[in-house]
Amino acid sequence: MLKELSKGRYLSTSGTGYKRQHWRPLLTLPSETKAFQGSAFQKYRHFSTADAGDTCDEGSERNDTISVTFVDKYGEDQLIQVPIGMSLLEAAHENDIELEGACEGSLACSTCHVIVMDMDYYNKLEDPTDEENDMLDLAFGLTESSRLGCQIVAKPELDGIRVAIPAATRNFAVDGFVPKPH
Amino acid sequence: MAGGGNPVTPIWDRLLHVCFHGDYEENACFHGDYEEEKEEEEEEEEERGTLDLSPLLNKAMMLQARSWLSRARSFSTVSNNPLRVCVVGSGPAGFYTAEKTLKAHQGAEVDIIDRLPTPFGLVRSGVAPDHPETKIVINQFSRVAQHERCSFFGNVTLGSSISLSDLRELYHVVVLAYGSESDRALGIPGEDLMGIHSAREFVWWYNGHPDCRNLDPDLKSTDTAVILGQGNVALDVARILLRPTSELATTDISSHVLTALEESSIRKVYLVGRRGPVQAACTTKELREVLGIKNLYVHIKEADLVKTPADEEEMKNNRIQRRVHELLSKAAASGSSQPNSGQRELHFVFFRKPDSFLESDERSGHVSGVHVEKTFLKGVGPGKQIAVGTGEFEDLDCGMVLKSIGYKSVPVNGLPFDHNKGVVPNIRGRVVTDPLGDPTQVEIGLYVCGWLKRGPTGIIATNLYCAEETVASISEDLERGVLKSRSSLPKPGREGLLQLLNDRNVRPLTFNAWEKIDSEEKSLGSLRNKPREKLTTWEDLLKAAAMK
Ligand SMILES: Cc1cc2nc3c(=O)[nH]c(=O)nc-3n(C[C@H](O)[C@H](O)[C@H](O)COP(=O)(O)OP(=O)(O)OC[C@H]3O[C@@H](n4cnc5c(N)ncnc54)[C@H](O)[C@@H]3O)c2cc1C
Ligand SMILES: NC(=O)c1ccc[n+]([C@@H]2O[C@H](COP(=O)([O-])OP(=O)(O)OC[C@H]3O[C@@H](n4cnc5c(N)ncnc54)[C@H](OP(=O)(O)O)[C@@H]3O)[C@@H](O)[C@H]2O)c1
Ligand code: FES
Repeated sequence: MLKELSKGRYLSTSGTGYKRQHWRPLLTLPSETKAFQGSAFQKYRHFSTADAGDTCDEGSERNDTISVTFVDKYGEDQLIQVPIGMSLLEAAHENDIELEGACEGSLACSTCHVIVMDMDYYNKLEDPTDEENDMLDLAFGLTESSRLGCQIVAKPELDGIRVAIPAATRNFAVDGFVPKPH
Repeated sequence: MAGGGNPVTPIWDRLLHVCFHGDYEENACFHGDYEEEKEEEEEEEEERGTLDLSPLLNKAMMLQARSWLSRARSFSTVSNNPLRVCVVGSGPAGFYTAEKTLKAHQGAEVDIIDRLPTPFGLVRSGVAPDHPETKIVINQFSRVAQHERCSFFGNVTLGSSISLSDLRELYHVVVLAYGSESDRALGIPGEDLMGIHSAREFVWWYNGHPDCRNLDPDLKSTDTAVILGQGNVALDVARILLRPTSELATTDISSHVLTALEESSIRKVYLVGRRGPVQAACTTKELREVLGIKNLYVHIKEADLVKTPADEEEMKNNRIQRRVHELLSKAAASGSSQPNSGQRELHFVFFRKPDSFLESDERSGHVSGVHVEKTFLKGVGPGKQIAVGTGEFEDLDCGMVLKSIGYKSVPVNGLPFDHNKGVVPNIRGRVVTDPLGDPTQVEIGLYVCGWLKRGPTGIIATNLYCAEETVASISEDLERGVLKSRSSLPKPGREGLLQLLNDRNVRPLTFNAWEKIDSEEKSLGSLRNKPREKLTTWEDLLKAAAMK
């Protein structure tokens, strides 16, 4: 068993929870940002060292994915392609983005908290259920456009959505984004 | 932390805003690649053969450093010289600290010790058996324990197997994350009567903690239990007492406990809070769950739900308080006025503070009720109201009392401790030498995380941010050279620990031993259609750990 904690590997060798075999990330994507190239490279590495038998139909996936930007704890943008129907938590883990997910998407932890950075996109999401709101109550650094990453599922209207991962050390003001208290 | 903590300014935030006007002012943001940057500097230092003790090292520290040095040299394999880190306690705080440390410091070697043969702290012994989703985080923690630079050693108790000064000699960095294993006391007459337990003990009992295996609470001599406190632990305990046992049978609740609950005669539970519904310390998820128990009569006095302007003010900025009040109001409005026959009952009692415990006439030495004083709320600052007695009293008759008024940490020898707050005084995780003296004087290489650092509040995730802060402090100290001279000051770390334990006849149990316990528990559980059947005695745990 691979014993490596370095970003991504650590999560992707888990073998628990995330249905990562199901969704294949794209290998060739337009190189828009540096961060993105980094993640594509990592994916390539990942691909070449594991799951060699898997096939993936890039052409059809391209149509069935949307672009999602994660703003990580350090304020860096990471643009990824997310297949329709996949949760942002799974997508983040597929792409080695450091979004916590202590309960692996079972709506029992609030660590997958993300902040939707544009109200228009926020309004395109279905209203959170009572159960999601109960967990959001406990989310660290809650804002008016907070959601749980494991509950946001990619759909075509969300193409282009930007979400931030809140962190203790993160300064939102840098992005001109001021979290509003509830 | 009213209402279980305001999500917008959690207790955590207050810690973040502690401004430290000492030597650590520069707030370096650490991204994990510092090791390499530092390498050259250290090599140079090694060549010079000098030990650059930073100005922060006082004379006592110099002496200690010398003794470290001489001891360190007596160990053989210190040729490669990683940063040696010891984390005490394997609950969420310990595991998150280990995870963040391994990530931030590619060369670090992290050992986690715990007094139990089983890891995961309150995730195993606190989180309720009917909350399996909450325990999924164990997967993540297990991956940390299996990391090649991480080791787990159970059955090692700080304070008896090994002292704090031993650990500080063996490791560059010691992070204390051993939680809160005692109870806040009420300090009122009758507190020692039989039939009164702390919620901590009761929870340890139903979760199969070996220390409370034999608690054997008497659930058969009474139909009424009083729970003091209205936090989430109080709700957990109430739910275990009231929930149909058929629903608990398929959880990992200990079998002897399930039997005791099946035979329990308790039908009525009072949840007693000294303040009002606006100040109830529970959170919505736990409240929704207890209100939703099948065939349960819930009683809440509508008059208690009336809000004062001060309450409104308090709720304005607190989403949890608003939503908890809303849920309670709904429950009060929708419930029937009388219980059906055979229905179990849950009574929310607000504005009552315990004054003394009553002793039974028939069973001497045994509790028969709680004498409570009515209270009103008095503002003591913006958004803060406390309970004040009105001088009117009443009795709540009951045969069992569970005190759920909060946990408390216990100090170990040589550790600065704030007895008032029940925490280790610290600045962003750095242990402060004297809680009453100079707040900038910190213990070099000694850190704290989790409930021991912040006090006994917060959910599992809170410890994640708490660990981030502590590990950031460690990184800053390394970068500033406060913990410097790893190369010039090697430490024996793991090997030294194992040698010392061996000398003392302490047998540490590795993560592999836990895995044997784990698989034994799972196979016992599968026979009973449960996720696991916990081994609840030291003897059974040690036996399973020793299996081939
Ligand atoms: C009853 C209860 C239910 C809870 N339920 C939930 C929940 O459903 N969801 C949620 O998010 N949070 C829950 N919490 C909160 C959560 O459990 C805590 O926030 C968290 O466990 C605190 O982490 P910690 O690591 O500081 O302490 P702990 O989890 O208590 O870990 C401390 C560890 O240190 C070890 N230790 C103690 N003394 C020594 C010693 N001298 N030497 C060596 N090791 C030692 C202990 O064995 C233990 O493993 C619950 C808390 C309680 C009390
Ligand atoms: N599912 C979950 O997420 C879950 C489950 C269990 C526990 N936890 C967490 O674990 C932490 C600990 O829970 P907890 O319930 O032990 O603590 P808590 O939330 O702090 O609640 C303590 C309760 O005791 C009362 N109290 C304290 N001192 C008292 C006194 N002298 N007399 C009468 N009442 C007194 C408090 O009332 P006042 O408010 O008036 O002080 C409060 O109602 C919490 O943060 C909780 O959220 C979470
Ligand atoms: S991963 Fe736990 S709530 Fe989303």
